[in-house]
Amino acid sequence: MGLAAFLKSRLVPADLDAQVDKIKKPIGSLGYDPWGYNNEVIKYGFGITRQIYEKYFRVQASGVENIPAEGPVLIIANHSGQLPLDGLLIGYAIATRKEKPRIPRAMIERFFPTVPWLGNLLNEVGAVLGDPVNCAKMLENDEAVIVFPEGVRGSGKLYRDRYQLKRFGNGFMHLAMKYNAPIIPVGVVGCEETIPAIANIKPLANALGVPYVPVALPIIFPAKVHLNFGKPMYFDGTDIPEKQVTDRVEAVKAEISRLIDKGLSERKRLF
Amino acid sequence: MTQKRRPQILVTGAAGALAQQVIKKLRDTCDLVAVDFREQVYLGDDIPSYCIDFNKRVFEDLFRRYHFDGVIHLGRVQSSELTRMRRYNANVLGTQKLLDLSHKYGIRRVIVLSTYHVYGAVAYNPALIDESAPLKSAGLSADLIDSVELENLANIYLWRYPELHITILRACNIVGPGVRNTMSKLLSSDRAPVLAGFSPMMQFIHIDDMADAIVLTWNKSVKGIFNVAPHDWVAYQQALKLCGCKRIPIPSIPPTVPKIIATLLKLRSFPPYLMAFFKYPVVIDGRSFAKEFKFTPKRPLKEIFSYYRDNKKPV
Repeated sequence: MGLAAFLKSRLVPADLDAQVDKIKKPIGSLGYDPWGYNNEVIKYGFGITRQIYEKYFRVQASGVENIPAEGPVLIIANHSGQLPLDGLLIGYAIATRKEKPRIPRAMIERFFPTVPWLGNLLNEVGAVLGDPVNCAKMLENDEAVIVFPEGVRGSGKLYRDRYQLKRFGNGFMHLAMKYNAPIIPVGVVGCEETIPAIANIKPLANALGVPYVPVALPIIFPAKVHLNFGKPMYFDGTDIPEKQVTDRVEAVKAEISRLIDKGLSERKRLF
Repeated sequence: MTQKRRPQILVTGAAGALAQQVIKKLRDTCDLVAVDFREQVYLGDDIPSYCIDFNKRVFEDLFRRYHFDGVIHLGRVQSSELTRMRRYNANVLGTQKLLDLSHKYGIRRVIVLSTYHVYGAVAYNPALIDESAPLKSAGLSADLIDSVELENLANIYLWRYPELHITILRACNIVGPGVRNTMSKLLSSDRAPVLAGFSPMMQFIHIDDMADAIVLTWNKSVKGIFNVAPHDWVAYQQALKLCGCKRIPIPSIPPTVPKIIATLLKLRSFPPYLMAFFKYPVVIDGRSFAKEFKFTPKRPLKEIFSYYRDNKKPV
């Protein structure tokens, strides 16, 4: 047995291997898609994520069946916790649901492709540079796309601002309307407590060319995570003024806020 | 009884493998004249072949002597060849001369080979770049300015002289037997440099498929700009692995380090101006061309890479 086969046997359980193979993805002859997704690498990714999802964060997901089995869909969630753990956990929940699983694509910050190894690794497990053209092309490909409209405003927020939704960009709504993609709102509870930050060292962040440098303990706390998937929200593609688009975005934001409150009320303790 | 005249085509870049493949595919149905500024190549008794600099006055004599119906312009100096000034003269001014003469002598079809390099490699590139995307490479490397200028020029003539029916083909990495560009040399080498931690997605088209694409373009007079690439992708380092190349990692951060290393070591196979293409993906969308010209590449990536694996020292 070669090293690759040995590692696979240890890291990728047979059921997960079969689960990923079962999901049809628009990939080329060598297992890649245009954004760098790789069918084999994602099996390792999910193998490791399973441990994190089930044992470390003990994720409780409800309403995951609300994601349509096929066709373009935008999964819109609140962003938190300094690292994109929320995207990873949402993706795993959808990929491992019993009925008609899908491998969603997460839009990531523009900074990641410049980071050696990490940028490629994120692409291989399905993450994609957060660019409207990428999102549009993926919706054309009938993909399920995870978007965090708060961007770094959400992931980089401090612990004192936890569960306060920051400004949402309107881009996702325009794409949903153009590609007739339903929106699934998701309220994430628990990721705020994984890396609580008390301050952001902006000068250092600017010097390093990264969005933020949090002052936090160098540890990821095993907070219990609740994912609440809402019902699909449909928006027609009529040409409307930007003000009305913003109103639609606010409606999605309000629904996410409601789902966060639901998660917070369900949560018995932090860890 | 009058017999229908066979179309007469001027093919530039005749010393290159691609032009020779195109000539091979068209010689049965068209009268061809081959020209190259580098060397005179023998292509058979039925194909006149010349070694001429497009910027010399004698070039016009070809247009006086032959009554060309079309021009297939494949004679582009690659960014790895000659100096910037000489490249600019050959690629930009030479192309301008060619297009001026094409207009003057009433040519009705011009095909210009461009490259996907014109889009430029930056971290923020989306995938599946379509033809309307901005051409960023001129702002990223002075060595790629002539590639963008060549395109701009062809674009100006495309709109100013619609009767020329200009089609610009932006091809992805053309590889395969006989191809001598940077990418082909890397794939055929035993050891190839890579930037540590970066393995961008790439597209490769077999030289025979590219020749087919050019022949299809000749056969259908649709003007415009088209990306030419198969709908298949592979990470650069994986491509090297499949070609049996040992990967030599070069430190990638800070960004100036690999450029300094490549310059100091004079790595021709890893030129500094192409460094960004080994770091960030430039994945183009070739579906518009495929649809318009009914083009389907016939050689899969596995076949391309197995050729390089089995021919580590191609003749």
